[in-house]
Amino acid sequence: MTFSQAEFTVALLDPERDIPSNLTDGAGTPAGSRFSVYRNNVTVSLIRALQEAFPLVLKLLGSNTFERTARLYVAEHPPTSPLMMFYGEDFPAFLRDFKPLAHVGYLPDCAKLDLAMRRSYHAADSLAVDPAVFQDAPDQVLTRRFSLSPSSILLRSSWPLFDIWRMNMGQDGSKPRAIAQDVMIVRPDFDPQPHVLPSGAADWFERIAAGKTFGEAHEQTLKRAPDFDLARTLTFALQSGILADYEKKDS
Amino acid sequence: MLDSSPRMDGLPAAPGVGYKPQHFYDLRAEPGPVEWIEIHAENYMGDGGRPLAQIRALSEQFSLSVHGVGLSIGGQTPLDPDHLARLKHLIHWSKPASFSEHLAWSTHGAEFLNDLLPLPYTNETLCRVADHIDQVQAVIGHQMLLENPSSYLAFEESTWPETDFLCELVKRTGCGLLLDVNNVFVSATNLGLSTQNYIESFPLHAVGEIHVGGHDEDFDDQGAPLLIDSHGKPVRDTVWHLLDQVLLKTGKKPVLVEWDNDVPDWPTLREEASRAAQALAMTA
Repeated sequence: MTFSQAEFTVALLDPERDIPSNLTDGAGTPAGSRFSVYRNNVTVSLIRALQEAFPLVLKLLGSNTFERTARLYVAEHPPTSPLMMFYGEDFPAFLRDFKPLAHVGYLPDCAKLDLAMRRSYHAADSLAVDPAVFQDAPDQVLTRRFSLSPSSILLRSSWPLFDIWRMNMGQDGSKPRAIAQDVMIVRPDFDPQPHVLPSGAADWFERIAAGKTFGEAHEQTLKRAPDFDLARTLTFALQSGILADYEKKDS
Repeated sequence: MLDSSPRMDGLPAAPGVGYKPQHFYDLRAEPGPVEWIEIHAENYMGDGGRPLAQIRALSEQFSLSVHGVGLSIGGQTPLDPDHLARLKHLIHWSKPASFSEHLAWSTHGAEFLNDLLPLPYTNETLCRVADHIDQVQAVIGHQMLLENPSSYLAFEESTWPETDFLCELVKRTGCGLLLDVNNVFVSATNLGLSTQNYIESFPLHAVGEIHVGGHDEDFDDQGAPLLIDSHGKPVRDTVWHLLDQVLLKTGKKPVLVEWDNDVPDWPTLREEASRAAQALAMTA
């Protein structure tokens, strides 16, 4: 029988499968449990990658439940790229549909937060916009467009996502409030930090990211959130390096 | 194909370490005998942030070796063009003194298995691996080094001894070799072979780099010793002795200490590098 990587791969990911028959110990005896070294390497390394990639989910579930869940995910969703830093893209959706954890409704959003923190960590460096541009003539400021820096990632949640993160991963252990929270992950230097956004800010960032002018974004946000505080959000955006020079999406 | 790919600058014939981000400050402040570092290519294929900034800073002080773990050169499926492009980009900006990969596979179809998996040594796999090496060397524009694997099992259909297989790849592609001495010890123990015979039949003239690392000890179904290439412990004395024997034949070479799991503090890893320095100092 000739070697088939397809057969080897299937047997690696499914411990119930027979070991491929053409493998020996080098002296003619069937390889037996020697194949398990590879099975174990693959499964353990992938579970470990998920543990590193999803620290908030790990904290919420505890190591035993996390490992049992991750083991199932790994078997169903092996990586599709050698870039292990991005492994787990489907983990939030997997958790959403995973019945045994359906009672933990906020878990998928927590997994999205973990993923976004990792994406931010590896995102391209970018120059923040010079705050002096806001001293231009009002017409120029109102018609100016910006981009969001690649390391700034917005998450909109119907759960108190920031409070859950802060209680489990931050310094402040106070209990989450029963509110929906928008979170902006920023990376002023090298370490991504989540920030909770005030009313309207997420709308405003989405419009800026969509290429609306400064004036349009403000006007449209006020329609949805009359209490939107532009000065506060703009200060936060400039201090955190969220705004970058405008780059046309189609160029 | 021979000599079609120009060599990179090459690493210094001195100790190097597998780079771990937690050692960033200590490594720079107190490198000891360490003159070069090796990074796993895939960990530095992000777009920016700390990983890339650290490599830029370290490159000012140390020679750099880029060591791929995800190309799947021994794979039955074609090399991933996206991954080749990422590798080309990494090599272009980081300008390493050496690039190496493994005689192994890790991708099948769409699935990446995050392990270095074994292949049989046949005429068919020889041609395919040679084609893949040609392709890699064409993309990166330089010679690459190919590393001998650690094996836990053998294939009935193999018709080439591993050392002959590597020798033929060197002839066909002009690639160099990365001799992992720990892998030699692990494979020889696991498959009942002689380390002496392996080293004697290995094409040592093509060696551009040597690895040493730690392994774990286990047993197979028959109670025979089964060594696991875990990179989570100090290098064993038996492996240091084998390194001495290899260096006697090759002369001074770049020697890397690999410690990837349960990574120790910097002084412990530097101590391993010092032991490699001693081995090199005894070499003519």
